[in-house]
Amino acid sequence: MTAFRYALRVFGFVLFVAIVVYLPFRISDFRASEFALIGIYFIAILGLNVLTGYTGVISLGHGAFMALGAYTTAILVADHGMRDLWTIPLAGLLAAAAGAAFGLPALRLSGPYLALTTFGVAVATPIVIKKFDGLTGGSGGINLFEAEGITGLPEFIVTLPGGKVLSFNDWLYYLAWTIALVLFAVAWAIHHSHFGRSLRAIRDNEIAAAASGVWLASHKTLAFSISAFYAGVAGSLLAIWAFSVQPGAFPVDRSIALLVGLAVGGLGSLAPLAAGAAFLVFLPQLAQGISKAPGVPAVIYGAVLIALMIVLPMGVGGLLRWITGPLTSRLYPRS
Amino acid sequence: MAALLSVENVTRRFGGVVALDGVSFDVPAGEIVGLIGPNGAGKTTAFNVITRLYRPDEGRIVFDGHDLLRTPVHRVVKRGVARTFQNVALWPTLSVLDNVKIGAQARRGVRSAEELLEYVGLSGLAHRPAAGLPFGTLKRVELARALASGPQLLLLDEPAGGLNHEEVGELGRFIQQLRADFDATVLLVEHHMNLVMGISDRVYVLNFGRLISGGTPQEVQRDPAVIEAYLGDASAAA
Repeated sequence: MTAFRYALRVFGFVLFVAIVVYLPFRISDFRASEFALIGIYFIAILGLNVLTGYTGVISLGHGAFMALGAYTTAILVADHGMRDLWTIPLAGLLAAAAGAAFGLPALRLSGPYLALTTFGVAVATPIVIKKFDGLTGGSGGINLFEAEGITGLPEFIVTLPGGKVLSFNDWLYYLAWTIALVLFAVAWAIHHSHFGRSLRAIRDNEIAAAASGVWLASHKTLAFSISAFYAGVAGSLLAIWAFSVQPGAFPVDRSIALLVGLAVGGLGSLAPLAAGAAFLVFLPQLAQGISKAPGVPAVIYGAVLIALMIVLPMGVGGLLRWITGPLTSRLYPRS
Repeated sequence: MAALLSVENVTRRFGGVVALDGVSFDVPAGEIVGLIGPNGAGKTTAFNVITRLYRPDEGRIVFDGHDLLRTPVHRVVKRGVARTFQNVALWPTLSVLDNVKIGAQARRGVRSAEELLEYVGLSGLAHRPAAGLPFGTLKRVELARALASGPQLLLLDEPAGGLNHEEVGELGRFIQQLRADFDATVLLVEHHMNLVMGISDRVYVLNFGRLISGGTPQEVQRDPAVIEAYLGDASAAA
């Protein structure tokens, strides 16, 4: 990467951070809650991108790792009186361990077979959660409204010098986006590391990667584990965001939604994945806004998704690359 | 001179087809060795067995004193064996430079990825994605990637594929120069006879999975078994 492009990236990141910091000053309390949710999805999609975008391994079951993270946090906070913040890394690490344990045998399977295996995990997740009701509270789930460990509840109101009142939703927003930005930086570092380059090599041509010294099993398993870590952290934040967990919050749709967000953001992109996360939060609302008749919002959602994939097959990230591409390629000498 | 690579009695079957049938040959250190034979003779299979992409049904492969069959596929490069592919196996979405860098990740050669792109004359394309580049250019990227791991043994699978007459001559000089510059041993699969006979110290001939001849280029060219394999029955031709 040339110094100029490097500076451009750093500038872009600083701008991104500035927007994230400033946004709650411009939006309503309710919107802050929505944008917190976008931050949470952004984390999960960033993680899925390491696996699907870089390594080319499709998972239809990352909702299960989100559920694992969410229940880890809920159980530790509700039953063990732990502070919610400390459960976030624990949730991530537990999901990462589960990801490695699942990935080690499953990654011997190729493409569609592996995808179906992960799909099976997604299908089984709500049922398994209900089965262990002693730990998980069964169908009713776990309520965190009364929990001591939720930071800032019941009232989290801080008045900043400028007169801005920070509400609990603002707190959730900053919590989610601080973690999202840190994990975004980590994803960026992975992208530019030897490891990330090897993952992309695996995606492009496995045999050539193996013949060039890339250990496929270890790389794929680690990629799976990292992406599960992200999903676990996102799930943990989701539990804090919703003050509760239920098995019904982790249907198969949740896993599919992550893939949709990834595709809309653009496989292999980074910052544009935030657009994919926003899509997941706002499009259902938009569809509801057009018509609330039974089935119609789902059809609108589907139609928009199809149209988007036809117009932007590489997602928002692909669009941005296309816009900036002709300009930046002029920097390189042609042979 | 001790052989750097010894292929000993290697057999590989695909269902009923015997792609390699008890093949044995030695590649002495520092030589350029040609591996020739008609289509389907088992040349590429031999490469795939040596680089561990295929497991042989029988036989042994010894490289620099190590049993290569006990080496997992991703460690073959670290041992010092690098290869190119007949139909080019690069990573199209990665930049040309990143393609070469992956070669250097496994085992660092003496020269950096940037220097190697310079060496193969592709510095100007470093930041372009590999996708869409002409075949001959891709072959050079692959060669740079293989060299980036600082190999003791370089396996070249049809490096002259797609080149014109003039370029083939240039490639021959390039391979000889490369042996000197990188202190490498070269095993070469090639259809282009002038190239193989012109630069090889030793040539082995495969036909239907069997090794039918081996020796200096002159010896091999006079061998009736070789003439028959390539031209059909020699007595009938005469």
